[in-house]
Amino acid sequence: MLIDWFTVGAQILNFLILVWLMKRFLYKPILHAIDAREKRIAAELADADKKRAEARKERDEFQNKNNEIDRKRAALLSQVADEAKAEHHRLLDEARQVADDLIAKRQEMMRSDAHNLNQAISLQIQQEIFSVTRKALTDLATTSLEERLGEVFISRLRELDGQAKASLVAALRASSGSAHLRSAFELPAEQRAAIQNALNETFSSEINVQFESAPHLISGIELVTNGQKISWSIDGYLTSLEKSVGKFLKENEKSDTKVNPNPQAKS
Amino acid sequence: MRFSPDEMIFWQEGFFKLNATIMFTWGVMLVLVVGSRLITRKLSTDLKRSRWQNLLEIIITTIEKQIEEIGLRHPKKYLSFLGTLFLFVATANLFTVIPGYEAPTGSLSTTAALALCVFIAVPYFGIEEQGVRGYLKSYVIPTVIMLPFNIISEFSRTLALAVRLFGNMMSGAMIVAILLIITPFIFPIIMTALGLLIGMVQAYIFTILAAVYIAAATHVRKLKPDLDARH
Repeated sequence: MLIDWFTVGAQILNFLILVWLMKRFLYKPILHAIDAREKRIAAELADADKKRAEARKERDEFQNKNNEIDRKRAALLSQVADEAKAEHHRLLDEARQVADDLIAKRQEMMRSDAHNLNQAISLQIQQEIFSVTRKALTDLATTSLEERLGEVFISRLRELDGQAKASLVAALRASSGSAHLRSAFELPAEQRAAIQNALNETFSSEINVQFESAPHLISGIELVTNGQKISWSIDGYLTSLEKSVGKFLKENEKSDTKVNPNPQAKS
Repeated sequence: MRFSPDEMIFWQEGFFKLNATIMFTWGVMLVLVVGSRLITRKLSTDLKRSRWQNLLEIIITTIEKQIEEIGLRHPKKYLSFLGTLFLFVATANLFTVIPGYEAPTGSLSTTAALALCVFIAVPYFGIEEQGVRGYLKSYVIPTVIMLPFNIISEFSRTLALAVRLFGNMMSGAMIVAILLIITPFIFPIIMTALGLLIGMVQAYIFTILAAVYIAAATHVRKLKPDLDARH
């Protein structure tokens, strides 16, 4: 008999015991270990996903910040460039203003120098003319220059027209017939007498004349009474000459500025 | 000449006896349980684990996958029974390389015991899954005419399971024994190697067939609505 029923029963029992033992010692622990590992891996993967999401978020934030910084930097650069440009213009204007001031000052100095030169020239010319005239009159006439001047003054007195004469008469009356006669040089006695006579005749009264010497009257004589004055001197001619010389110099100056117009515009 | 290790009796007291089949079965059980205990004593849930643990995990996950592929929806539920069936048969057959060892599966008593276990397990899992009525209904599907054939099939396939495994293992041992007499040097080794292969294949076949029978018993209810729908 190939089948031993006791052995069959024993083997069934053995097998059932084996199933129980294997379940206890093999399947449960192994399946538990596999499940635990899978859970752990799932947890790690979830964690990795979370970290990846966080990293992505941080990267985005960082990117945004970078963009913001770039934008701010560009704005700052633009602002600085504008400020630099404005400062550049301001400095240029300032420099131009300083240059203009310097030019104006220089022109003023030049004008002042020219004026001084004019004055010096006119004085020199006056003196030269006086000297030349005196010399010429001395050489040409028989009388001295002073004599001639006295004569001219006397003839002027005699030639006085009505209006001027009337005002002088009124002035003489107001000063009770006293008058001052100033001359650049000391008049000789003959001339003093001739002038006294001429005055007496012209105003038909006795004039009390006080003769004074006044060097600023270049080769001239003047009669002053109560604010009224009658005079003749070379100073008038010289003033006219001065005017014409001054005009000439001004014309020269204008022609200079035309040749070099607005020099600061080149800067 | 001995056809079965049942005939090698160490101790007998009336009906009770200790023969080589039971002794070798205990040996295989001891190896399996002690080996499992030793390996699973220090299990690692970390990514790094021992080679033995890796081996056990591969074996168990493969068995689980096979069970699932056959069509059982909750493989973990059947793992203890089907997995132990495979591991016991495979280990019992594998140890044939040890001189003096005789596979318990070479005994018809053992294969009959295993087949009876499957014979009991099929209605057990079937009733557990779909109830007594549902399970019994599966015998009259598609018609009542199929009832005797189904009942005969239950017994015949159990017999076939027992005889197939016994025949294969016994013949393997027989061939080696006969060849040892005729050509003592190379051929017995080759045939032993072939016997190992046959043993593994038989373990696989035995387990797969058991799984298929259980699957058939637990899947009837699912098929029924489909059949109703066709009508």
